[in-house]
Amino acid sequence: MAIDPSGVPRFGHGSRVPGWDDAADLAKDPAGVPDPATTPVPEDLRARIEEYMARYPDRRSASIPALFAVQDRYGWCTPQGIEQAACVMRLTPGYLIAVATFYDMLETRPVGRNQVYVCTNISCSLCGADELLAAMQEEVGEDEDFNVRGFECLGACDLAPMASVNGEYVGPIALDEVPTLVQQVRDGTDPLPDKQLRRRPSVDPKVARPS
Amino acid sequence: MTDLILFADIDEPGLATIDVYRRRGGYEMVRRALDMTPDEVVHEIDVSGLRGRGGAGFAMGKKASFIPHGTMDKYLVCNADESEPGTFKDRELMQKSPHMLIEGMIISAYAVGANRAFIYIRGEYELQADLLEAAVEEARAAGFLGERILGSDLSLTLWVHRGAGAYICGEETALLDSLEGRRGNPRLKPPFPANQGLYQGPTLINNVETLATVPHIMRMGGEEYAKIGTPSSTGTKLVSVSGNVQRPGNYEIELGISSRELIYGLAGGPPEGREVKLWFPGGSSAPVLTADDLDLPYDFEHMAEAGSMLGSGAIIVVDDSNSVVDVAMKTAKFYRHESCGKCTPCREGTNWTVRMLERIDSGEATPMDLDIMASVCTNIIGNCLCVLGDAMAMPVGSMIEKFRDEFEAHIEAARARNDALTGDEAPPEPLIQGAAAA
Repeated sequence: MAIDPSGVPRFGHGSRVPGWDDAADLAKDPAGVPDPATTPVPEDLRARIEEYMARYPDRRSASIPALFAVQDRYGWCTPQGIEQAACVMRLTPGYLIAVATFYDMLETRPVGRNQVYVCTNISCSLCGADELLAAMQEEVGEDEDFNVRGFECLGACDLAPMASVNGEYVGPIALDEVPTLVQQVRDGTDPLPDKQLRRRPSVDPKVARPS
Repeated sequence: MTDLILFADIDEPGLATIDVYRRRGGYEMVRRALDMTPDEVVHEIDVSGLRGRGGAGFAMGKKASFIPHGTMDKYLVCNADESEPGTFKDRELMQKSPHMLIEGMIISAYAVGANRAFIYIRGEYELQADLLEAAVEEARAAGFLGERILGSDLSLTLWVHRGAGAYICGEETALLDSLEGRRGNPRLKPPFPANQGLYQGPTLINNVETLATVPHIMRMGGEEYAKIGTPSSTGTKLVSVSGNVQRPGNYEIELGISSRELIYGLAGGPPEGREVKLWFPGGSSAPVLTADDLDLPYDFEHMAEAGSMLGSGAIIVVDDSNSVVDVAMKTAKFYRHESCGKCTPCREGTNWTVRMLERIDSGEATPMDLDIMASVCTNIIGNCLCVLGDAMAMPVGSMIEKFRDEFEAHIEAARARNDALTGDEAPPEPLIQGAAAA
C-alpha cells in the first residue's frame, strides 16, 4: 500500500536543512523535464516566465521570479504550477521544488491569501512583537483567508513592532490597533495608512524638511 | 559635524523620480566618470578609502582592483539583501533615492568593465523593489543604461532581482548561487567572486550604501572624501539605531563620533528611567558591548579593538528591563532558522545552542552548560564555508562571557522554581551526549 509521503516527516526531530522534512515518495518514478505536448501552461504565466528568462545569461536564474509568478497565479507553489514553470524553463520539477523549499516567502503548502508577516526578531521583540503576533493570531482566529506568521527581521526596526501586511510595511502597531488592522485587511482597504513606511520621513535631525 | 552626503536631499519630494534627481545634479557624475579611464575611476575610489558598508568593511577600491582586465563577461552585483537584524539603512536609500544607487552602479560598472549588472534585493522589500524597477526604467529611457551610454563604449544592462526570504543570501557567494537560480548555499572561497563569481565570471559585489557613495566620491574627489571621518574609517556612514531607544531610525554620521552621542544624543537613549544594559554595535552578528563601552568612538577600528565589529552599522540597544537570556535565545533561534544546512558545525551548532538555552530557561541546565555552549561556539567559529555560524557564536559567546552571573542566576532561579513546583530536589541531569536518549 502506498504511503502518502507528505504526512511522513523524514526526521523525528525535524530536519535542520530547509525543506528536507518531506520524505521522498519511493513508489514514484523520478520526474523528468515535463513534455510541452502534455503540459498545458496558461499563456500569461508562460509569457511572464519567458520574459524573466530573457533577462539572464542562464535561464535557471529565473527560477525564483518564476516561482513567484506561479505563487501569484495559484496562491502557492502548487505541484501543477511548478510542473508548468519547469516545462517553460526546461528544468525538472524537482529542481524548482528544491528552490521553493529553501526560501521563506515561497509557500509549498496552501495558505491564506492575505499575507501578514509579523517581525519577531530582536529589535521588534524588545518593543513587544511577540505580544503583537499573539494578538494578531487571536484576532484572525480560524479565518482561512489569512496567513499570519512570525517572520525574521524584515528590515524595519525603526517601526518596531511592525508587520508586513500584503507587502505593505506598517508600524509601530499598538495592540489596540490590531482589530482595526485586521478589519481593514478583510475589507481590502489600505492598512493603517498613517503608519505605513512609505509615508515616514527621515528621523535624522540634519535632514532638510520639505517646506 | 560634517554635512550630510547620502542623506543630503533624502526627504526631497519626488527624489525617486529622474527629473527631480537630475535637477539636484544627479547623473552628472556618470559623464565625468566616462571622461576618465576606468583605472582612474578605480584609483579615485581607492584614494577615498571607502570601506564596504555591508558588514565586512573591505576596501571597495581594493576589491575593484582585483577584477581582472580582459574581454571576458564581467558582472556587477549590488547586494541589497539587507537582512541583518537591526539594519534598515539600504531600505531608506533605495526607497527615497533609487537613482543614486543606479548612478553609482553605472560608474562602478564602467570602472571594472562590467556589462551586466544586477540588484539582488530581498523579496520582503516590495515597495523598494517596485521603486527601483521604475527608476531603472526611467534611467534606461534617459539613455543612462543600455547600449553605448552617452556615446561612450560602455554598454550596461541592469535588472532588479528579487530574493524570496533567506538571510543567508546576503552572504556574497550564497547570493550568487541564489541569483543563478539555486538554493542559496555559500561557496568555498577562494576562488573569490572577483575572479570567479556570477556564472563563473569576474564579479564585483558591493552593498547598496557603498555603491550609492560612489557618485559622491566622484563629485568630491577621493582625497576630499578621505578627509571625512578617521584615516582608516573614512567618510560618513548610515547607522540604523533600534531597540530600546526613543528615536529609532537611520542617522548619517561621520565615522569616529562617540557611541554615546549616537545612542543618547541622536537616538534619544533608552526610555525614561532605563539604562543601557548591552548593545550590538553592528547588527545581531556583532559581539555585544556593555554600558562601559559607550564612550568608544564609533568606527571600524575601535569597535574591533573592543572585541566587536562595526558590521553593517546597525546599533541595537537593549535596556536593563530585558533578560540577557531572552536576547541570547532570540539571536540563536534566528540563526538556527536561517542556517542553510550546508556545513555541519553551523547547522548543528546553532540548534544545540538553542536547545541549551531552552534548558537554561526551563531550569534543567547546570552552570556546566554554559561552558559547553561556549565550547560549541568556539567549534563553530572558523569551521564553516561562511560566517553565518560565527555570527551566532560571537554574540552568544560574548553574552555568556559578559553576563555569566546573570545566566547562572537565571539557571538557579529556574531550578528553584521547578523544585518548588515538584516539591523534591532532584539532582541535575548530567549533560552527556546520548545520556538523555538512554
